[in-house]
Amino acid sequence: MKVVIGQGSCGVATGARKTAAEFERQIAEKKIKADVDITGCVGTCYLEPIVDIYDDDGKMTRYVKVQPDKVEKIVEDHLINSRIAEEQAITEEDKQFIEKQHRVVLRNCGVINPEKIDEYIAVDGYKAIAKVLSEMKPEEVIEEIKISGLRGRGGAGFPTWFKWNAAKQSPGNEKYLVCNADEGDPGAFMDRSVLEGDPHSLIEGMIIGGYAMGATQGVIYCRAEYPLAIKRLEIAMDQAREKGFLGKNILGSGFDFDLRIKAGAGAFVCGEETALIASLEGERGMPRLKPPFPAAKGYWQKPTDINNVETLANVPWIIYNGGAAFGAMGTEKSKGTKVFALAGKIKKGGLVEVPMGLTLREVIYGIGGGIKNDRKFKAVQMGGPSGGCIPAELIDTPVTYEDINKTGAIVGSGGMIVMDEDTCMVDMARYFLNFTRDESCGKCNYCRIGTKRMLEILERITEGEGKDGDIELLEELAMKIKDGSMCGLGQTAPNPVLTTLKYFRSEYEDHIYKKKCTAASCKALITYSITDACKGCTLCSKHCPADAISGSVKEKHVIDTYKCVKCGKCLDTCKFGAIVKA
Amino acid sequence: MKEKGCSCNCSQNREAQFKELAPVLEQYATVPGSLITILQKTQDIYGYLSMDAINYISEKTGIKPAKIYGVATFYAQFRLKPIGKYLIMLCQGTACHVNGSEMIEEAICEYLGIEDGETTEDGVFTLNNVACLGCCSLAPVMMIKSADGDETYGNLTKDTVKQILEEIRSKAQEVTR
Repeated sequence: MKVVIGQGSCGVATGARKTAAEFERQIAEKKIKADVDITGCVGTCYLEPIVDIYDDDGKMTRYVKVQPDKVEKIVEDHLINSRIAEEQAITEEDKQFIEKQHRVVLRNCGVINPEKIDEYIAVDGYKAIAKVLSEMKPEEVIEEIKISGLRGRGGAGFPTWFKWNAAKQSPGNEKYLVCNADEGDPGAFMDRSVLEGDPHSLIEGMIIGGYAMGATQGVIYCRAEYPLAIKRLEIAMDQAREKGFLGKNILGSGFDFDLRIKAGAGAFVCGEETALIASLEGERGMPRLKPPFPAAKGYWQKPTDINNVETLANVPWIIYNGGAAFGAMGTEKSKGTKVFALAGKIKKGGLVEVPMGLTLREVIYGIGGGIKNDRKFKAVQMGGPSGGCIPAELIDTPVTYEDINKTGAIVGSGGMIVMDEDTCMVDMARYFLNFTRDESCGKCNYCRIGTKRMLEILERITEGEGKDGDIELLEELAMKIKDGSMCGLGQTAPNPVLTTLKYFRSEYEDHIYKKKCTAASCKALITYSITDACKGCTLCSKHCPADAISGSVKEKHVIDTYKCVKCGKCLDTCKFGAIVKA
Repeated sequence: MKEKGCSCNCSQNREAQFKELAPVLEQYATVPGSLITILQKTQDIYGYLSMDAINYISEKTGIKPAKIYGVATFYAQFRLKPIGKYLIMLCQGTACHVNGSEMIEEAICEYLGIEDGETTEDGVFTLNNVACLGCCSLAPVMMIKSADGDETYGNLTKDTVKQILEEIRSKAQEVTR
């Protein structure tokens, strides 16, 4: 028997290591014949920690939310008495979260042990590179990727075969393949999951890419915030070298390719290709004008191709199963599957991989189970700081590059942050502008100063100081920043403001003219009051730091809004639900 | 914090002061494009980048101190000031923001009496807001880095965050006792 515990960062954060230690302790103590092993992120983050028990006949039973105190019961029932411990077993409904998906990129995440190359090989790993090196010419590899219709999964959605071909056509013997693993969009974590859960699929994808374009050196530029990902990549690279998949004369084919990791140091702008290259060279990560494109002059002035983690992790599957099989999924122009990171006010948050073309409704309600606490769905944010908010009335929009672009948002790297009626859209715009203001490299005036000015206006509006003309000023600045910035960061930075203005203009107007925040989220614009449900327990007045609540025992209390500092302590302490904010 | 060694800044003293850094520089000083890696390793050793360290790296690599300073201040990861024993990295990603990370920040600031980027007087905690830790389904999230390793905490509330900090503080005080 084998007990496998999901240990991606999410699992570890919910206590998976303690659960694993408890299993080991109990198994040793009770002298049970069972191994304890690890796997990557299963993707059902809302159910962590997750434990899969494989019986000797290969049958798998999944247990969820297994905190250390639940371990004993599972050991007792399943491992000793061979019956399912029903209390922790996954429900039929939760099984649907995975069963409704179609997993290509995440095919091995949560299935294999990412620290053991043999487990990757056992699920047809490194067969694609064997096929490529023994029977395909570089141009045939590129043709296969072209047939698949694979487009860059990092944000821009550029056809992968085109980039590979451009690097291949560039003259020179020294070429580089760079993997952008600097997943910077706040709210997206599919790349982390692949790096932690299936690092070999990325490595294999890079070797294939290197062969196709004639690169012998690969670099993985990985976020320093992902220490576990870096560790697992290092282990995987060592194992791949040992088995002869990396290094000189791979599988006796005469093709050389090796990899190294470069840890990023935290700069969102490094998602831009030329900025990433500057960072790889040890400089400040500032973009430069294109052309020349990296395919002609990139890392150390040599032809360089840059692809995102998810893009490259698709490659072995495409080569092994054929480009047509991949292209058969999805829509005419947006082919294959895409991983989305569902988070925010969603019931079942996690990683969802589906064929492109499903509607937002199918993803959010069909798989994600709808909104937390059954509140009203307000909007979904896609594409992070470069994207926008898609309102509830457009929930039947198919998720393809083209359809999402039409709404003003972008597919981006696949972050989907779901918002309910408690989320203030002006505050969301302020949040993203604050982010882009911080992350602007400072090279272009409009991006450097314009984002700051936009942020100031948004701050003013959320603080109740908005004035007539602010909306128009925001719109004017937004257009100028788009036009006056050199790279994607500045060109897309106003998108969160523009989309919220497009769909939620009345919220801006309420803030400015009525001094009201509909979502009751902007502190300066909310008022607390006490309803008739008050029993006069005096708890709120005791906890009020500003002495703003008065009233006698067993009588209804009153809040002096002039003194109130809007800390919300009364709301937290009231046991009768008598405090309301509006 | 005062650096050890005398203030005359003679090369002999500096070698002693940065002896842990010597193997790093030996490996990377002449490899082009390694400045960020060198700075990361320096920060791993000393917890931050002191001006002395920057000057020392400059001397060994031939890269001008102004340029090193420029790179160090460009990236979010680098610190020019020492930090506490426990570095609280509070996630301010989108999912965390939507789920109330601002409230968590207020609770931390109130409990520790510091603001973002500051260190408590007892030198136990430093608070840093970070962009996204990638554990979005567990929002709001924080990661606490220390010599014992990195620990991530999810589904935070005003109360649990205080409990967590309280536990760490009492553990830290026990050690010093």
